[in-house]
Formats: sequence, structure tokens, C-alpha cells
Amino acid sequence: MSAEAAETELREVRGPSALGGGWRRSLELLTLIAVTDFKKVYFGTALGYVWSVARPLMLFGVLLAVFTQVFRIGDQVPEYPVLLLFNIVLFGFFQEATITAVQSIVGQESVVRKTQFPRLVIPLAVVLTTLFNLGLNLIVVFAFILIWGIDPTWTWLLFPVIVLLLFVITTAVSMIVSSLFPRFRDMAIIWSVLATVLFYATPVLYPLEIVPETLRDVIQLNPLAPLFELARSWIIDPTAPGPVESAGGFAPLLAPIAIYVFVCVLAVWVFRREAPYIAERL
Amino acid sequence: MVIEARGIHKSFRIPEHRIDSLKERAAHPLTRLNYRELHALRDISFEVHKGEFFGIVGRNGSGKSSLLKILASIYRADAGTVRMAGRLAPFIELGVGFNPELTARENAILNGVLMGLSTRQARRGLDEVLEFAELEDFKELKLKNYSSGMMVRLAFAVMVQADADIMLVDEVLAVGDARFAEKCMDVFRERRRAGKTIVLVTHDMGTVQTLCDRAMVLHDGGQEYVGESEEAAVRYMRLNFAGQEVTEGGVRRAAVPDINARVVHAQLTDGAGEPTENVEHGEPIRLDVLLEARRDLSKPTFVFYVAAKDGVVVFGFSSELDNGQPETVVAGDRVRLAGSIENALVPGHYGVVCWVRREGFGGDMGVQPLPLLDFMVYGTAPRHGLVSVSADVRAEALPGPGS
Repeated sequence: MSAEAAETELREVRGPSALGGGWRRSLELLTLIAVTDFKKVYFGTALGYVWSVARPLMLFGVLLAVFTQVFRIGDQVPEYPVLLLFNIVLFGFFQEATITAVQSIVGQESVVRKTQFPRLVIPLAVVLTTLFNLGLNLIVVFAFILIWGIDPTWTWLLFPVIVLLLFVITTAVSMIVSSLFPRFRDMAIIWSVLATVLFYATPVLYPLEIVPETLRDVIQLNPLAPLFELARSWIIDPTAPGPVESAGGFAPLLAPIAIYVFVCVLAVWVFRREAPYIAERL
Repeated sequence: MVIEARGIHKSFRIPEHRIDSLKERAAHPLTRLNYRELHALRDISFEVHKGEFFGIVGRNGSGKSSLLKILASIYRADAGTVRMAGRLAPFIELGVGFNPELTARENAILNGVLMGLSTRQARRGLDEVLEFAELEDFKELKLKNYSSGMMVRLAFAVMVQADADIMLVDEVLAVGDARFAEKCMDVFRERRRAGKTIVLVTHDMGTVQTLCDRAMVLHDGGQEYVGESEEAAVRYMRLNFAGQEVTEGGVRRAAVPDINARVVHAQLTDGAGEPTENVEHGEPIRLDVLLEARRDLSKPTFVFYVAAKDGVVVFGFSSELDNGQPETVVAGDRVRLAGSIENALVPGHYGVVCWVRREGFGGDMGVQPLPLLDFMVYGTAPRHGLVSVSADVRAEALPGPGS
């Protein structure tokens, strides 16, 4: 038996975790699950891709009518229609990914309970699939921006930074809501309400500079706000105030940055804590 | 050694009043939750050697599934360590992750990867899988258009392909028709010949005896025995067909009681009325059983089964209260069941269980069998089958038709 022991080395098995089974395997599973999810969305329905573009476009149409014909915010903001479309698509990514993520782990119940499976892969796959969606939507959006007559600037090259920052916070939130859902089933409702609140508390429908001072201070705590302001000044309107300008200095920006970092750290902590016990709670 | 488990503990906290939502938590922020601690596994230690077919046996609720899930990295043990050498593949369910919207080809790859293959391995083995399942012509057909038989064939083919150093197999894999179960077992036998290690979780002693080299018996989360599968089978039978109390390390603990009745005592007696544990082949089996009603039993029926040690029921019979007695046995009252049973059993180990059934309350059935006793039939009679019956068949030599 000692010869056998020498031949194969015993390694400790620590049970399920966020990335159990190693990076390589997690990555493979991630690709596989994301591609499968993607196929389900695009080949399961008759019009597939058309829907994923049609949804933000329809929302855009309605909001554009309301905010240029009824409330007339649009009149005060240069290039309002493109800004609105651009913002809706960006925020749509955050909202769709996090809301789908809430029930994602429970939705993959059989996989979680019947196989060795790194837990993190499930919400991550949701975010990736939605990211792919975002990519497809952005093609339409950028076509629209060019047709509208906005000239490309060198700052367009910085756009991936915004997508990356948005991707990170979306992943963090998805990790929190998906790992807590098996424990607290009303996470789904809570999050759908919170996501709606966030939609209005983020400069999506309006640019920050037209918001009254006191309210602006509150909105500026939202870590998504500076991202949307950056996106606006880099892509749509180079003359628009960036996050530093509208905050009146770099110091007030420390709050949303701190919140951003806090959410990310919290996500890692919560997920690592919950991951080993998810299968028991399904 | 390929698996080494040391001192594994696992308990589940079952809240008496389950708080599933934040609202309930917020409404009672100070209430301490009353949890019932369910000890699913207590201090389990064992080793599995390379190339071994190892069985984990126990009744439902004995903790065997929890142990399987800990070995498979689905649950995390509260204490103790598990160490393994090589890659492990759990076979807990066929066709995990199958998606009806995807084609057979895509599902085969998905399922293969979930079973532990790399994407490349799964792709490479795809043709073989489809050929084995005899589904080459349907590989681009969506799974929702498959018949259930085709789906099982596909899932099974993927399982055959998903190779690993250690295979963890759950008995639920083998439910369904007997031919399919046999086919599954063939695959595992063949894998073992190829030097793989197999761990099988089951409650079927027959499988353990025929397939396993060694086995572990679990009972109420505790480890009763690890060793030879024959001995494990005997221990398992004793646990399940023995009297109502099990003695372990000087501590007597009650086996799970039936809600209808409990066993006060159950004894096999010899011709002189003295307690005994064995019966000679051909001698009548004399029983003396005292049951206590745990609730009112209206027109009770006592159904007896005599089973061989592999769990196969040899015969059964039932008795009822004689006429003239009260129709209802009040809770706390006792019933004596005594008499003799004709003994045609071949020598071997047997057990007797009793189901207590009430009548009149919407056809109330026995909830679970009361294990009464186990005993041995000894003798020199040939051990063919389960019972020996008198036969009058003569052999006569005849000249061939040609002569």
C-alpha cells in the first residue's frame, strides 16, 4: 500500500467553494454555461437577436416621447435623444444582469446539487451573457450616434474602461444577490425594487447638472453616477461636465469610489461565506 | 489509498420556525431561532484503496447521501478531512444539466463537461457517445423532441464516456428497469477491471455482496462497520431486523419506532419455551412477541414478513385479534403475538419484521415495519434457493428412440 500511496498523491478536498476545482475548470464551465445561456436566448425564440435590441429601443421610444414632449427636459440638454438611448442601454446591462442573477443559482439547482461545480461560475455566466448582449446593442447605439452626426473623438478609445468598471460593479452586485437568495427568498423582490430606485437615482434620464443642488449631493453618492457622467463626456458631448467638474473637485468623488470598493469587497466576502452552503439551502 | 476520510462530522440546522424572509427577520429581530440540530454524520473515518469497489450502505436517513455529497464536494463537512488522489466524477443523476432547447450534440458536450471532462475531451468523445447511444441520425435534433428512452440512452452514453480515477455512484442511478440497472453495473464492473476505484452508495445488500470488495455500514449518522462486504451485509441485516434497541459501546439507543406500536420484547423460543437464537432446519419457528400500542388501534392487523439477509422476503402472513376480544386496542395496552411458523427455510440468516395496520380510519396502512428479530436456521440441508420443499421427482434412464 505504501507503494500505491507514493504513486498517487492524496490531496485534501475542501468541499464546494466559489472557484472549487481550479481556475481552468471554472473558466471552461463559465464559457460553456454562458454560451448555452446565450443559445437559449437567441435560438429559443423566433426573433432571437431582434428582441434583445427591440427592448431597449422600445423603452427609448417611450421615454424619449415623455421627456421631450411632456416634461421637456430634452430641450435643455444637448444631444438628448442619443444620450438617452446610450444611457438606457448601459443601465439596461446593469439592471438585466443583476435581476437575472438573483435567481440564477437556484435556477441551476440540479447542477449545484448533483455535480462538482464552482459556485461563482453561475452568476458570472449571467453577467457575461448580458455583457454579450450589451455588445450587440452597442453596435446599434454607435451606429445611431454616428448617424445623429456626432463626430468620433479620441476619448471613444477610453470607452472599454467604462464598460470594465460597469462590469465589475455589476458582477459584485450579482454575486451578493445570487448568493443571498437561497437564504432569503425575498431578495428577488427587494432587488427588483432597489434596481428601479437605482434607475432613477442614476443620471440615465437626466444629466446631473440640471438636478437641484441638495438632491445632486445624494445622487452623487451612487457609484454608478460618475460612470454615466464619464460616458457622456467621453462619447456624446465633450463639452459636458465630467464627474470631477460636476462634483466640484475630486474630494466629493471619494464617497462613491469608497462605496464602489466597499460593494466589491462585500461581494467577495459574502460570496465566499455563502458558497460552501448553497447546495444545502436550495 | 485513493480516498482517506478522517473524523467527518456534518449536521444540518433545521429551524423549528423557519425564517425564510427578511420581513420575518425584521419583524422578530430579537427572537433567537430555535434550531433542531440534525446530526447527519458523526465521526466517520474510512479509507478506500486503489482499484477497490467500495460500498456505503445504510437505510434512508442513515447519512449515506450526505456522505456522498461531502465526498463529491457538494456539501462541506463541519469537521474532519477528506483527502483524495486523482480525479473524481460523481454520478448522482443521469443527464445533469440537460436542456430541452439544445440539440443532442450540445447536450452531450454540456453533460460531459459537467461530469468532469474538459471541453476538448467531451468534443473528441462525441462521436463515440452518439454511436454508443445509437443516436447518430438524431444528433442535431433538439432534446425536447427526444423520447424519454432516447434521452436516457444519451445520458447513459455520456456517463460511460466520462471517465475518472474515482467514480462516486449513487443508487438512484440504477432505479428504473432492471435491465438498465444491470447495464449500469456492467459499466462499473468493467471500469473496475480497468483499475478505477468505485464508491457505490446503496441500501441494496444484494448489490453490495455481489459487487463490492469492502463496505461501510452507516446507521443514524454513525459508522457501524467498515470491512468485508459479507460481514457488512450481516451487520446491516442485524441493524434492520434486530430487536427494537441497538446496543453500541454500552449505550442502548432506540431504533426508529413505528407510530402505531412499539416492540416490548420479541423472542424466538425453543420447544421448551426457553429463549433461543437459532432454529434447526425443519423445526418450527416459535415466536413470542409483545407489542405495545402507541395509539388506539382499531381492528389491528399484524402483518409478518420473514426475509432472507439480502432483504428478499421469503414469505409473509398476517394475524388479527380473535373474535370475542375488544375490537380496539387502547394506546398503552399490549398485544401478545405468539405461536409457531412452519419452517421450510434453508439454512442461513433470516429476519422477521411486523407491520401494524389499523382499520377503519380510511384504510390506514402500517407506517414502517417493526424489526422483531433475526435468527439463524442451521442444518446440513443443501442451500439451494430460499426454501426446501418436499418433492417427488424420480430420474429414470430410457433407451434412445433409435435402438
